[in-house]
Amino acid sequence: MNSKKPVIEIKDVYTRFGDRQVLRGINLNIYPEETFVILGRSGCGKSTLLRHLIGLQKPESGDIHIKGVDIIHADDEKKRQTLLKVGMLFQNGALFNSMTVGDNVALPLKQHTPLELSTIRIMGRIKLDLVGLAEFEHHYPSQLSGGMKKRAALARALAMDPEILFCDEPSAGLDPVVAVGIDQLILKLKSAFKMCIVVVTHELESVFTIADRIALMDGGRIVFLGNKEEMKKSDNPIVRQFIDRKPDQDIIDTEQYFNTLINE
Amino acid sequence: MNKVYEVLGGWGRQLFGFFKSVRQFFLLSWQTFKWLLTAPLSRKKIEWHDVFVQMVRIGVDSLPIVIVISFFIGLILAMQAAYQLHQFGASIYVANLVGVSITRELGPLITAILVSGRCGSAIAAELGTMKVGEEIDALKTMSIDPIGFLAVPRTLAMVVVLPCLTILADLVGIGGGVLFAVTQLEIPFSAYFRQSAEAILAKDFLTGLIKSGVFAVIVSQIGIYQGFQVRGGAEGVGKSTTISVVSAIFLIILADVLFTALFYSTF
Ligand SMILES: Nc1ncnc2c1ncn2[C@@H]1O[C@H](COP(=O)(O)OP(=O)(O)OP(=O)(O)O)[C@@H](O)[C@H]1O
Ligand SMILES: [Mg+2]
Repeated sequence: MNSKKPVIEIKDVYTRFGDRQVLRGINLNIYPEETFVILGRSGCGKSTLLRHLIGLQKPESGDIHIKGVDIIHADDEKKRQTLLKVGMLFQNGALFNSMTVGDNVALPLKQHTPLELSTIRIMGRIKLDLVGLAEFEHHYPSQLSGGMKKRAALARALAMDPEILFCDEPSAGLDPVVAVGIDQLILKLKSAFKMCIVVVTHELESVFTIADRIALMDGGRIVFLGNKEEMKKSDNPIVRQFIDRKPDQDIIDTEQYFNTLINE
Repeated sequence: MNKVYEVLGGWGRQLFGFFKSVRQFFLLSWQTFKWLLTAPLSRKKIEWHDVFVQMVRIGVDSLPIVIVISFFIGLILAMQAAYQLHQFGASIYVANLVGVSITRELGPLITAILVSGRCGSAIAAELGTMKVGEEIDALKTMSIDPIGFLAVPRTLAMVVVLPCLTILADLVGIGGGVLFAVTQLEIPFSAYFRQSAEAILAKDFLTGLIKSGVFAVIVSQIGIYQGFQVRGGAEGVGKSTTISVVSAIFLIILADVLFTALFYSTF
């Protein structure tokens, strides 16, 4: 797999919000047709990294290339062309609340393809069917449950048949049956459409079902990178903590704990 | 001493922040106009359907309030004018006063202020909610330009509808004057009509309309800017909505002063 040229190259990406350093040198190469899972504690910067990858937010420093295009410095037209081949499922769905689910899915097709409206409707319905929401085409997002919104957003991310799909916690908040369904869908997308899929998730089971490679983020860096077997065998304490579902270590240094309490 | 530095520093930061937001405001407005100017040349499509939807929304939202308020304004003007002119036995000139001040000044101004409170704020709230819900980010990732998709239709709709509402406000306001003159001053309708027709020049009416076009740009651009720059959650949306109304009204009146000084100062 590593013989191919990477579709996503991340080099030395640093990001800070105010004086809080969130990413401290992320280096990653993600290759075509692979399903890549990013793991990490809540708030460690996974969503932020994805926002960098789709050019929504510029990192403090570092380079990001998507299909060879420097997404940070590219001009608008170049960025537009590149993003046409990218689908993104936002953590909160980010559906357009003023449009029906069907219109949400149809929007990118209406904007970017010369197809007839009737054709677009059918294509949208196919995508909705893929996520099991065919009969909710005429509902508004506010009429859907949280999990249904997620799936509708996934259908919208797939509307343009992207080559790269980013999913920010696709199965968080879904019941186990639907969550497994999403995993199956990801596997299907991979085998049928040869998509490169980057998934941020916390569900270990789904990690071990879908992942080709896994990266674990901690403290703004990648502390582990490898496949499922390597991860299971790893003796990296942070990896073990994740796999064995151990809580944080108890505070050892009582004095330091006291200090954090009194300094706001 | 430290206190002084603190206060001065605070003011400095505020002033800096103010100029920064002014700059961003003009940048955003410029982007909208650039989009409109280059649209015919490139393959960008104006979302006529959205323009239409927005026009209906602005019109329907503001119609009742614009009609009621401008009628009252006409009435008030007529009453105040009558009080003065009656003393000279010149009651018929109520028609001049009402007609000219409504078409030149109050029609465009009152309409713009009402629409800013009714629809400028609604634009800010809607776009702000979209910003907070990452909908605008989602548009960008789908390679859909939020300027063309959201800002342009709202601007166009406002620039079309506000002058229309102003024409209506002019007519209704003059109607208020007529009602008072006919019922209370016992001026015959035909005389009042003739007097008004003589007094109101086409130029008054047209400059009023041009003015309302400028106000439309102000109201729409402020609403759009305040919507796009929302930070934080629902609280941020509320704050931006309020600011959008206050700053739009301020800019409308400022523009009106400049306009009046430019066109009427010699009269
Ligand atoms: N716009 C912002 N302004 C300030 N801080 C931010 C902003 N966005 C994110 N952060 C901070 O950056 C850190 C990383 O946020 P991010 O959303 O990337 O976390 P995450 O890894 O996706 O977490 P989760 O698994 O809970 O979604 C958080 O500590 C957050 O407080
Ligand atoms: Mg996140």
